[in-house]
Amino acid sequence: MVLTKSLTLGLAAAALMATSDIAVSQTDLPPAVSARKAQMHLYAFNLATLGGMAQEKIAYDADAASAAAGNLAKLSSLDASAMWVPGTDAATVAGSRALPALWDNMDDVITKAVALNEAATEMNAVAADGLDALKAAMGPLGAACGACHKAYREPE
Amino acid sequence: MRWLISFVLLALVVGALGLWLTRPGTDGPEVLAGLTPDETHGETVFIAAGCASCHMAKGASGEGKLVLTGGQSFPSPFGTFKAPNISTSPQAGIGDWAAIDMWNALHHGTSPEGAHYYPALPYGAYIRMTPQDVVDLHAYMMTLPADETPSQAHDLSFPFSIRASVGAWKALFLRDDWVMTGDLDDQLLRGREIVEGLGHCAECHTPRNALGGLKTGSDWLTGAPNPAGRGTFPDLVELDWSEGELVEYFTSGFTPEFDSAGGHMALVVENLAALPVEDREAVAAYIAALPVE
Repeated sequence: MVLTKSLTLGLAAAALMATSDIAVSQTDLPPAVSARKAQMHLYAFNLATLGGMAQEKIAYDADAASAAAGNLAKLSSLDASAMWVPGTDAATVAGSRALPALWDNMDDVITKAVALNEAATEMNAVAADGLDALKAAMGPLGAACGACHKAYREPE
Repeated sequence: MRWLISFVLLALVVGALGLWLTRPGTDGPEVLAGLTPDETHGETVFIAAGCASCHMAKGASGEGKLVLTGGQSFPSPFGTFKAPNISTSPQAGIGDWAAIDMWNALHHGTSPEGAHYYPALPYGAYIRMTPQDVVDLHAYMMTLPADETPSQAHDLSFPFSIRASVGAWKALFLRDDWVMTGDLDDQLLRGREIVEGLGHCAECHTPRNALGGLKTGSDWLTGAPNPAGRGTFPDLVELDWSEGELVEYFTSGFTPEFDSAGGHMALVVENLAALPVEDREAVAAYIAALPVE
């Protein structure tokens, strides 16, 4: 029960596969893997808005920042347990980059997923407070994405 | 019968001569004479050289990254290397090393006992470190915690399991000259110091020949297969990221597409992010200046 609850908290966050350069087209993938990749694309799309402002490539806009940050907070709180079913690791499915170790360390994965949800929630809380606040929240968000990729995603 | 004896004797002489010619090199303490250690700069060297990324326990984070207990595995076509304990334990680690021992390890790939180290320790890059860098690094590392975990043996295939074979490798490939040459400004010089020296970027991002030597010239930093098996390390010459995008990647780990760094590169990004922004800009400038002539 505890596990299910934790999963609900945001296993969605276990960001493990590429958002680009996949040799296998998404239509050939098992639906669960395809869904994971779709979720990662949604993260990247919304991060591009916040990151573009942080890097001052696009003008800061409090409403747009808030909308993107709100999406990240929601995305990171989806119940993604059905997307991370056993048998969909990189050793089994061509086009998946999720290392088998992910399924051996589910407690750690959930901890990292919760940390991403917290970083996204923090971004959502400050995104409308100005460019400096947005920039400051960007680092922890990147670190939270990277924590899972470092441990559980195969290099390209 | 006599010719056979002559042949065996000749083979022994040639073999002994070869071993003598490729014996582990060392320098005496005079190369470091008169230098005053600066621990603060030593920490920068430690971060830029990525020591902890390989020598910490797998998956360590925060303060745990400073416990250099060893034990991570590095698969290669020659077998699996195991990072040793380089903590300040005098028994299990390198707590009894003088600065000159560290110099000989990082410059010549030679242990204090006078044996060859395998080039999994990237002394092919660290050979470009200055005497001051090594003295400062030594002073800083001696402030780190001790750990008593014994080092594990490498698991290598024959003939690479014979350490003397490393002497031939060094004779063929160990060079202390720079790869990017020409009229470089201060920023490119700093970038070169980090990319070709401390950061040992080429160890993963440059293809190797059949004997494990890095290719140079137009092959330099053009990417390579992952020796652990699947996947490849990206080609930095083909990479079309702007310098600003490179600096962002080195700071937050986000690519221009807002994917994020993974695997060992995520550790490299953690190190780069801890360096001054000028250093990240210098590395970006070097990469933007590729390919080398």
